Amino acid sequence: MKPTVAVIGGGVVGSLIARELTKYHLKVVLIEAREDVATGATGANSAIVHGGFDPVPGTLKAKLNVKGAAMMPALAEDLGVSYKNNGSLVLAFSEKEMEHVRKLYDRGIENGVPGLSVLNAEELQALEPNISKEAVGALLCSSAGIVCPYSLAVAAAGNAADNGAELLLASPVTAIEKQDGKFLLTCGEHTVEADYVLNCAGVRSDEVARLIGDDSFSIKPRAGEYLLLDKSEGDTVSHTIFQTPNEMGKGILVTPTVHGNLLVGPTALNIEDKSDTSTTREGLAFVRSTAMRSVPNLNFRAVITSFTGVRSVPSCEDFIIRFSEKDAKFLHVAGIESPGLSSAPAIAPYVVQLLADAGLALEKNEQFDGKRKSYHWFSSLSMEEKNAVIRENPAFGRVVCRCETVTEGEIVDAIHRAPKATTLDGLKHRLRSGMGRCQGGFCTPLLVEILARELGISPMEVQKSTLGSNLLIEKTKEVAE
Amino acid sequence: MKKELVIIGGGPAGLAAAVAAYDSGVRDILILERDTSLGGILQQCIHNGFGLHRFGEELTGPEYAARYVKQVQERGIQSLCGTMVLSVSPDKTVTAMNKQMGIFTLEATAVILAMGCRERPRGALSIPGTRPAGIFTAGTAQRFVNMEGYLPGKEVVILGSGDIGLIMARRMTLEGAKVKAVCELMPYSGGLNRNIVQCLQDFDIPLHLSTTVSRIHGKERVTGVSIAGVDERLQVIPETETYIPCDTLLLSCGLLPENELTKSAGIPLDTITGGATVNQNRETALEGVFACGNVLHVHDLVDFVSEEAVLAGNAAAAYIQGNAPAKDTSLTVKAAGKVRYTVPQRIDSASQEVALFFRVGSVADNAVLTVKCGDKVLLTKKKRRMTPGEMESVRLSAKLLAEAEGELTVSVD
Repeated sequence: MKPTVAVIGGGVVGSLIARELTKYHLKVVLIEAREDVATGATGANSAIVHGGFDPVPGTLKAKLNVKGAAMMPALAEDLGVSYKNNGSLVLAFSEKEMEHVRKLYDRGIENGVPGLSVLNAEELQALEPNISKEAVGALLCSSAGIVCPYSLAVAAAGNAADNGAELLLASPVTAIEKQDGKFLLTCGEHTVEADYVLNCAGVRSDEVARLIGDDSFSIKPRAGEYLLLDKSEGDTVSHTIFQTPNEMGKGILVTPTVHGNLLVGPTALNIEDKSDTSTTREGLAFVRSTAMRSVPNLNFRAVITSFTGVRSVPSCEDFIIRFSEKDAKFLHVAGIESPGLSSAPAIAPYVVQLLADAGLALEKNEQFDGKRKSYHWFSSLSMEEKNAVIRENPAFGRVVCRCETVTEGEIVDAIHRAPKATTLDGLKHRLRSGMGRCQGGFCTPLLVEILARELGISPMEVQKSTLGSNLLIEKTKEVAE
Repeated sequence: MKKELVIIGGGPAGLAAAVAAYDSGVRDILILERDTSLGGILQQCIHNGFGLHRFGEELTGPEYAARYVKQVQERGIQSLCGTMVLSVSPDKTVTAMNKQMGIFTLEATAVILAMGCRERPRGALSIPGTRPAGIFTAGTAQRFVNMEGYLPGKEVVILGSGDIGLIMARRMTLEGAKVKAVCELMPYSGGLNRNIVQCLQDFDIPLHLSTTVSRIHGKERVTGVSIAGVDERLQVIPETETYIPCDTLLLSCGLLPENELTKSAGIPLDTITGGATVNQNRETALEGVFACGNVLHVHDLVDFVSEEAVLAGNAAAAYIQGNAPAKDTSLTVKAAGKVRYTVPQRIDSASQEVALFFRVGSVADNAVLTVKCGDKVLLTKKKRRMTPGEMESVRLSAKLLAEAEGELTVSVD
């Protein structure tokens, strides 16, 4: 019988690891507490592929970031996920900050980051005309990029499933026992038997560790608030614009997204409740005022939404990627804060190597197919090709989300393809439906109708995200039975 | 495929424009509508109050729409529903898509833009707090209740006193929901006075002016909202924050003309209205492309939308037939004082009387409207009260226009 590896946590890290494991003859089970993958930190972050000049040399962060960033373009291509090599800039507003910029340059060189150079004010203005005239120089990292993090996780989990992994959604792990040398995981209504367990539970990975009596680390939630601006503002800057960290904190970044919007944020506030993704008046005001230091003419009238992501800040400085002291077959992949997304492509093979070193027999799965059709395959077709698809399946001719031009055909495809989209947010994360400037004003009733029809449920059972987030309460008087 | 006139949008503006163009002699007309039937947003406005100006009687939204749909059908004007226009190019090529025909292009002689508007969503308001289910724009809630037959909530707070919000306060109440408060950021309502009386006062629903929703609570579904007073700069006064338990927040915080297609054609927009800049015939800066209805500027009453659409329809017909009035003048119209904007923004023919429509940016009591050309006062008009919620108009005679040149300034003080 094939050995079983259970991966707890369907974020970008867990999903990519699960996919990596399906390259071998293993039974892989990806276990996610929520109704969908990519709902935690993966669903709300800066979406940056960092160059890798920031982490301290010699750390896992430094090593995996540089490697992961180099792997990202090909991985994104294979998984049909948007990635753009737009480069990043760290702005300096004083000679003192310029010193820090030079230090980052040196550190980057030591970490092996390609494409680094230090710019003076003139070179900076030539590159980014909307940058503050106060900036005296910058660090340019031309190897940095941007990616869609939740698409990456969804596609990785989907590709893992295509290659034989089992996906358990809405299955929070509440107990782990050891019986005859095997783990027994209680997760929701399922019990999973596994030879190895990978703890990729993000902000809750310390709680998962406690389930086997391991309290060697803790994870503190740190909230980051963001503002997302309309596509009309997407070309305000072309690079990802960082500020030099100073006594006021790490600063606020301004970046285009792969979808053409402009993203501004995040704040950094330690919070108590790991599930608290609320925004605050003060936080959003801070984002606005601080971002304008970098780009003074930001048009905040074009904000289409604001959101908060919760980072997993570990009790130690570096990523925690090691076997538990309590059990040699229980591997932590925890505390994956920034640059976690950038590192994720490299974390996956690194983890698999750790498992191999620990004695897991890896036999290559010759059937593995690492490529996955993008959710946006239809929109990338030529007019003739689209018309051929519409003739075959007219649902592709019906636009449901007008702002992002998402058709009924694409929606039905996303509902039935693994990992199945079963909620409004699930559709949004896959297709961007409801994510445009009207924020679902027009398409929400249509999406509810399609979800209900395809899932065979009542519109009143359709959820926004997690259980209990129903949109509709009851039938109106006229149609009530 | 070639078409003399392509009308984008089969709501009240598009329908009235089609009828007017037909009656002016154009026969090769095609209306493109994204919804499954003609009528636009009127189809979900099942309350009455439509048609008083146009038909001299009170109709419901669907009834008002039906009258125009009938006129369109009687004339045999073609329409395609379930059809989304993807782009309009500067050479008036319209690219659209539907289930039956796939993607297709139409080379139009003239185009009338009648896409209507959308509601300002929660995100654009940056209301702090959580992001649970139970937050809807008033129009989305209206569709759920009136078209789909579902109630989106039982205990409701409404932010914004725009007309749809006021209408939905009454509608939700009639469906058995409890509307606990309507909050309005401004010191005055953005809705029509008759709606405040008939939809709030008649149902004892409190309207809190200079008040906003300062925080949304609840993880899965809304469990409540904090509301707070705002100062003159519209900033929240934290000490005034109070909590209202509720399961639903409806937003009625303004309408935004939907001009993505207009932009794709390279047509310049007015930054205040959010619609194209037009002349007295509702012709945009791109010759042969006209705009009317809420895509041009947000109207209070559908009757005025229809009226404006007739202008655009007639002018499109004249353009197609090659007998458009000579552009014998070049007047730009500028808003000043309390006037926020005017439509039209330019006048290029002085052969006929022109009605200028405008809104004030704040309440003006004992208002004096002045139309000037340079230092020369062409016209003054007094009105007891002007409010941002009600569109105003002033008529400029051909004689008066003939005397003017350069820039006309319209101000209210």
